[in-house]
Amino acid sequence: MTSGAGGVKLEDLFDMGSDDDEFPSSAVPVKKEASGSPDLIPSSPPDAGPAQHSGSDPELLRTFYQRLFPWRYFFQWLNHSPQPTLDFEHRELSFMLSNDAVMRYQSYRTSDLLRKDVLRLMPTRIEIGPVYSTNPRERKLLQNAANFRPIAKELCFDIDLTDYDDIRTCCDKANICNKCWQFMTMAVKVITAALREDFGFKHIMWVYSGRRGIHAWISDKGARTLDDSKRKVIAGYLEVIVGGAQSGKRVNLRRPLHPHLTRSIDLLKSHFQEDVLEAQDPWRSSERAEKLLQLLPDRELRDALKRKWDASPGRSSSLKWSDIDQVAKTVTNKNFDSKALLDAKQDIVLEYTYPRLDINVSKKLNHLLKSPFVIHPGTGRVCVPVDPKTFEDFDPLSVPTIQQLIHEIDSWTEPEVKSEKAVLDWEKTSLKPYIDYFRTHVNAIMRDERDIKVKRERDGEDGESW
Amino acid sequence: MNRIDNKRRNVVDHRKKQYADPAYKETQYPHRLNFYATPPTADITLEQFEQWAIDRLRVLAEIEACSFRNKAPAETALHMKPILEKYLPLDSNSSSSTQLSVQRQKDHYSHFILRLAFSSTKELRQRFARVETMLFRLRFNADDARERQAFVESLNLDWEPVPDEEKREIASELMATVISSYGKKAYQSIDEETFYRVDWTRVPDLVEQRRVFLRAGKAYVPAKELQSLVVTEFTARLEKSLELTARALPRLDEDDRLTPILDHLSKNFVAPDAGYSGGASAIEGAEITARNIDNLSQHFPMCMTVLHRTLRRDSKLKHFGRLQYTLFLKGIGLSLDECLTFWRTSFNKMTEDVFNKEYRYNFRHAYGDVGGDSNRRGGGYSPYSCQKILTEHAPGPGETHGCPYRHMNMDNLAVQLQASGVTDPAVLRGVKEDKEKQKFHLACNRVFEHLHAKELKKAKDDGVMTASQLETIVHPNEYFKRSYLLKNMGKAQPGGDVKMEGP
Repeated sequence: MTSGAGGVKLEDLFDMGSDDDEFPSSAVPVKKEASGSPDLIPSSPPDAGPAQHSGSDPELLRTFYQRLFPWRYFFQWLNHSPQPTLDFEHRELSFMLSNDAVMRYQSYRTSDLLRKDVLRLMPTRIEIGPVYSTNPRERKLLQNAANFRPIAKELCFDIDLTDYDDIRTCCDKANICNKCWQFMTMAVKVITAALREDFGFKHIMWVYSGRRGIHAWISDKGARTLDDSKRKVIAGYLEVIVGGAQSGKRVNLRRPLHPHLTRSIDLLKSHFQEDVLEAQDPWRSSERAEKLLQLLPDRELRDALKRKWDASPGRSSSLKWSDIDQVAKTVTNKNFDSKALLDAKQDIVLEYTYPRLDINVSKKLNHLLKSPFVIHPGTGRVCVPVDPKTFEDFDPLSVPTIQQLIHEIDSWTEPEVKSEKAVLDWEKTSLKPYIDYFRTHVNAIMRDERDIKVKRERDGEDGESW
Repeated sequence: MNRIDNKRRNVVDHRKKQYADPAYKETQYPHRLNFYATPPTADITLEQFEQWAIDRLRVLAEIEACSFRNKAPAETALHMKPILEKYLPLDSNSSSSTQLSVQRQKDHYSHFILRLAFSSTKELRQRFARVETMLFRLRFNADDARERQAFVESLNLDWEPVPDEEKREIASELMATVISSYGKKAYQSIDEETFYRVDWTRVPDLVEQRRVFLRAGKAYVPAKELQSLVVTEFTARLEKSLELTARALPRLDEDDRLTPILDHLSKNFVAPDAGYSGGASAIEGAEITARNIDNLSQHFPMCMTVLHRTLRRDSKLKHFGRLQYTLFLKGIGLSLDECLTFWRTSFNKMTEDVFNKEYRYNFRHAYGDVGGDSNRRGGGYSPYSCQKILTEHAPGPGETHGCPYRHMNMDNLAVQLQASGVTDPAVLRGVKEDKEKQKFHLACNRVFEHLHAKELKKAKDDGVMTASQLETIVHPNEYFKRSYLLKNMGKAQPGGDVKMEGP
């Protein structure tokens, strides 16, 4: 309660001061390299054409892990404190090596040890598992296997654009463009709002998975320690679109709508108009419009609409959407239920905008999920964290690739006015804003964690003095 | 010398000493319901010990069967009423019964006896906690309102009522959750309703179904939903004490009269899931090979037929579809090598390399060929039962696993059924009705009987089918086995009794 803004600022300063001194040695040779190639113009954007993407080029990867991967913040993110704790030491990390072998149950005491081992093994992919009750490396030494069990992990969500294939018209499978990426923007808005307002979680980080999806990591202490059954509850609360490819109408909700859904519809309404009706135009062809008809109640209405649309083929989805209300006015059927139509229209808005979660990722404590800041082997892009506040401006296609980043270090030239501190490698690249955000996020987590501890200690003292 | 004597005497008198205190003996049962917080301490006879446990086990097995058949709560209550009255009656305080204390003692003791029998493994503990919770919920709902209130108050659960001011601020949200959960008639005014503010983790089922308003991690629970809170509390406490029992079990100071009884009890409570192992259901004389699957698929239940068709159409299946199908194939006796051949040839659009890297391991894992010790020793996973398919991992976007009678809409289901030769409108109508009533087993069995009508009649006439072979099918592998045997009756007589393990 009493630790106000003053204490917060001090902590920030302290953290930043010590962070900037990290690995100064790696910055020194870079400057030499950079000055050794002065003919490169720093402002020119590097060629990031898809032809030269190979995220797993071992030399590039080594440079990336050596000079760009934010090891220290990564450590603090999982450790929740600057000093090594069991949160990190007992955490499972899993590496996929360049020959596709998977090494599970790796664990480290500090970020330096982890970095060293990563440089030795050069994994193409790092995945993060749960914190276990004992050190994962020692699990085989235990007499009783039941003593090795997962006890904590961030609450995670995974959303993948392939799950939108039946409603997006611009791309399919692993391909994405800025049009269908809007589905991700919608998802982030809805899920973030629910997690913050309903469940009261504060430390929510979204990470671009490098190709076609996003992951959410929620680091609140209350979220990390949820057991499987509680995770399943959150997943169920958030899941609206149910059923597989063949279950027909996939949004079935009780009325009146739950406040979470009312809020979601408010958030999604404008997206439905712009990003679905106009950008995706999902019902332009008559086969696709058939799907819309199936979701509407009342046969007379459906028949009237079908006649109207058959008469003018190629009518746009926006027009068809407004046709529904127009035609509904002319329906003569006495039993026509305008409330049912309104409900059906709400369900359609949700079916075409509400986030489609890969729910199994969220349900299990011991599910492995790809770490932020690794390189996607297919696209070469870095899996960068994105601030939900500015997610709308995020463009997945302009995320820096490993080639681009290395190029940026090489072509960096020292500014006229020298800063007192050595400039770190990542600060010379377009990775900087992402790492800056990550650092802010991590500091907020550590601050909260420390406040809990301080509070507990203070309470303890009070107890003794009584 | 003296000391040793003392010790020896202590050992002899241990039980007497522990249970001698009359303060323990006179357990009072003021309420019909019981949270089973204190263990019983009075003496009972060995016969009572066994009989009471068996009676309770009957009740629990029946409750579990209801949940397997997906009965609605009201139906379950109706079904359970005579059984409960027969084996485990519990009268309310207001009834003029003279048996109150005897009934409650039996309820109390049998619960604790079964705790001993079902605490040894994690699976048994989970299952016991689940069925005991179902029983508790059933009784809680059936309880007299006033007595229920008294019982709840005796539990001392700390709930914080929402102040009026806050209630007014969020009135519209509360209204929406209340009306959508109980209907418009139930509530006219939020002011008259008491709400409690609790951590959302204490009412998980209400949160999961979006029946309560959530704000900043707190759930706003109407007084009506006390049940959910109490039941969650019951389960949580029971799970915790079962774990403690399990830990104490090896050190249990008891004589060798009880061990065989407890052992026997827990064996009689085998999960129906575990009933199917690869070897047990293999059919002699049938050619179960990768090449022959297309031919055999005429004997598959709809859940597997749909997967098979999807696989043939798309040359791929999603994860849970592969798992469900692989385990079924394993269950009908397809060897691992043949299984790998089957999937390799079915996934004909991918390269050998991709298949080996991304899929081969999973199939081998399902067969117990790779993986951890326990997986290999256990021979991988068992084939999924209807119960598992119906309740776990409902299919998501693009997925085709699950139970078609439950997870498909009627139109798509009808298309699939017609493709399998079910065209009789009466049967389709029956399936539709079953589906609407959520009797998915009935629908599946209806289709089975329709498709095998001729053979079933012949089998019955000839008397070659044993009673258990005419029971409701609750396992896809059982469906296959019966179908295969019936269709090949001339060639191979249905051999032996198909063993259906159950409670």
